Amino acid sequence: MKKLWNSIKQAAMAELIKGFGLTFRYMFRPRATVNYPFEKGPISPRFRGEHALRRYPNGEERCIACKLCEAVCPAQAITIEAEPREDGSRRTTRYDIDMTKCIYCGLCQEACPVDAIVEGPNFEFSTETREELFYNKEKLLANGDRWEAQIAANLAKDANQR
Amino acid sequence: MPTVVIDGVSLEVEPGTSILQACEQLGIEVPRFCYHDKLSVPANCRMCLVQVKGAPKPVASCAMACADKMEVLTGSEMVHKARKGVMEFLLINHPLDCPICDQGGECDLQDQAMAYGFDRSRFEENKRAVVDKELGPLIKTSMNRCINCTRCVRFSEEVAGNSEMGQMFRGEHAEIGPYIEAAVSSELSGNMIDVCPVGALTSKPYAFKARPWELRKTESVDVMDALGSAIRVDARGGEVMRILPRLNEDINEEWISDRTRFALDGLKRQRLDMPYIRVRGKLTPVSWDDAFRHMQEKLTGLRGDAIAGVTGDLAAAEEILALRRWLETLGSQNMECRQRGETFDVSQPSGWTFNSTIASIDQADLILLVGTNPRTEAAVLNARILKRVNSGNCEVANIGTAYDLTYPAEQLGDVSTLLQQVAEGRHPIADRLAAVKNPMMIVGISALARKDGGAVHAAASRIAQKYLMRGAWNGFNVLHAQIGLPTALAVGFMPPAGRDIGKIYQGVAGGQVKAVYLLGADEVDVEKLKGAFVIYQGHHGDRAAGHADVILPGAAYTEKNATYVNTEGRAQHARQAVFPPGEAREDWKIIRALSDYVGAPLNYTTIADVRADLANVAPTFRHIGKIVAAEMAEFGTPGPIDPTPFQPAFANFYQTNAIARASETMAKCVVELMPQAERKAA
Repeated sequence: MKKLWNSIKQAAMAELIKGFGLTFRYMFRPRATVNYPFEKGPISPRFRGEHALRRYPNGEERCIACKLCEAVCPAQAITIEAEPREDGSRRTTRYDIDMTKCIYCGLCQEACPVDAIVEGPNFEFSTETREELFYNKEKLLANGDRWEAQIAANLAKDANQR
Repeated sequence: MPTVVIDGVSLEVEPGTSILQACEQLGIEVPRFCYHDKLSVPANCRMCLVQVKGAPKPVASCAMACADKMEVLTGSEMVHKARKGVMEFLLINHPLDCPICDQGGECDLQDQAMAYGFDRSRFEENKRAVVDKELGPLIKTSMNRCINCTRCVRFSEEVAGNSEMGQMFRGEHAEIGPYIEAAVSSELSGNMIDVCPVGALTSKPYAFKARPWELRKTESVDVMDALGSAIRVDARGGEVMRILPRLNEDINEEWISDRTRFALDGLKRQRLDMPYIRVRGKLTPVSWDDAFRHMQEKLTGLRGDAIAGVTGDLAAAEEILALRRWLETLGSQNMECRQRGETFDVSQPSGWTFNSTIASIDQADLILLVGTNPRTEAAVLNARILKRVNSGNCEVANIGTAYDLTYPAEQLGDVSTLLQQVAEGRHPIADRLAAVKNPMMIVGISALARKDGGAVHAAASRIAQKYLMRGAWNGFNVLHAQIGLPTALAVGFMPPAGRDIGKIYQGVAGGQVKAVYLLGADEVDVEKLKGAFVIYQGHHGDRAAGHADVILPGAAYTEKNATYVNTEGRAQHARQAVFPPGEAREDWKIIRALSDYVGAPLNYTTIADVRADLANVAPTFRHIGKIVAAEMAEFGTPGPIDPTPFQPAFANFYQTNAIARASETMAKCVVELMPQAERKAA
């Protein structure tokens, strides 16, 4: 009996019609494809993108060279050297991240006691050469300056979760 | 002997053992801040509280002696609560600046707060603020972090012996600092950094440079004085970041001098990192091969008396032996290690060793210092004498210039002929030496470095034979100031048939000696070597390198596996922590490579071969780290002693060798810590 029913369905191309029907229904739904790079999908405030070193509102760099990010980094992508600055405060003389080693786990951000190193919302930093992905302190601070508004907003959104 | 029960385990202890020490014997960890093995017990931090059954309150285990049938609990609820309370009080005024604190990662307070701390504070008032103290170029202070454990105060009183630190004011206003606004001038001041359990006292030259978890630790020995203190070399990448003491009860306990600790920045400056040869009067960098070919050209035909070797203050046994063997292949006997012109008799090992051993200072009951200032020549040994004096029944007498030795020393006079009087029994100290059980005489190397050194040595020998021998106890000691000398003497770099340094100078002037090989010998009079072909092998462009015709870059003590013999005649291995800079190589390998070009190839392939040969040379190299007692014999060349006073080995504690002279930190110490008059004299 079942066999007979199946052959009737086959003869009537029931599956085919069902499939076309699905396609037909989607024609009336809103489009999911975004027109990148003119359009971009939404990202979470916790998104872990390109790194940045932040500054305090008065322009003083936040990083105090505690080296916790360097210690926690599972990919050992961070290299820090430090010495007393002229005013005696503890600051880095070198803060390098090898972005080709980085696995974007966000542990550096978690470890940072002063919210200096953060993974910002930027994910569009592909380069043509490897060398451009060896970030130094200057590059990271520049990133921080460029993205500060968004980073601060994201951190504020996530603050009650911490 | 009392028997205590700690956490259910019964243990028999020596009378007077504190509960904390008993716990340590059982391997039970008791947290502590103020208690330190080598210092007195003030019991003021209260962190080591334990529960004793029958006692109404928790007791401080560091200060409570074990009594018989005492039952101690170290992990009970009461103990935990009490320690938590103490920790909360300590953290009330402690700043939350671990991320910028150099002690972070090796901080006692940080570690113990993990076990007994609470993750938030109930203290809502303002924290105490203390002004930082200026303690000179070596110690950085951050007095807000101080928990008033008084370890540094007790250290300066009991070990350094000059009471430069103290606790002032009372209650919440109590502050640690120098009583007067002055830098800490002790030669052992760096140890305060180690004893400080928090980050209140940290190293100034090392400030913010590295974290403890980044450092590669190598256990080694020190060469900055002749004691061979146990050290740990902490390196990151190819750079030595800091040097810390290691426990060695036989030599340095757990202290090291400031030169040992802070001269390491000299390892990065003034280094020889390329071979050089002199071309038309100018030193020009060349490859190793060119340097060796140049030497081959210049040294061909020079045999026997025409060539001489002199070793320096920092030379290790391996390279000294290699140089000796190489000179032997050339048929030369001109080997000299006494580069300052010492002429004393070196035929008897007991004549140039610290025979009693450093640890035996703890048993001495009369110490006669002759022409030495142990405070500058061997600061850690001086601390040991101070400890002995402080424990009572020990007197110190001094023949030589009166120094502030940090302990009272009876000044017998500075005239060197006094020694003759003692030897002939015409001085009251002779009877006292004869009367006590363990007499000790410490003769400084500078007393033997004089023109009449042989006669001084002979007088000392007579005193030793007459007054200082007690069965196994040998009270005759020579205190060397530089480790290169006892090392070279142990290797036998002084054949009696060869020329001594004076005769080498004469030979150069007379034209018999045509080539001189300086193995790190910076104290020789280079002017007197003019006319000879001078080869300098060493690691620093110091006094002699600029006058050489060939420079061969060697490795410093942190860059090679090497053996050093200290003033006691104890051979110890130093280990490689980093690689030598540039083209520099391990020293014995350089001489080995040279032997392929000049003379006959040496039969060394690995360092094991060199060490096997060393073991043939002297028994001390067969027993690394141990004392091989030298048989007491007569030594010295009797003669009249010049009545001029003994001079110190060096007036400047901070700059005694090529590494220390290249160090910026040591230069700062000279400027800031040495009194003006002394600085001028030096």
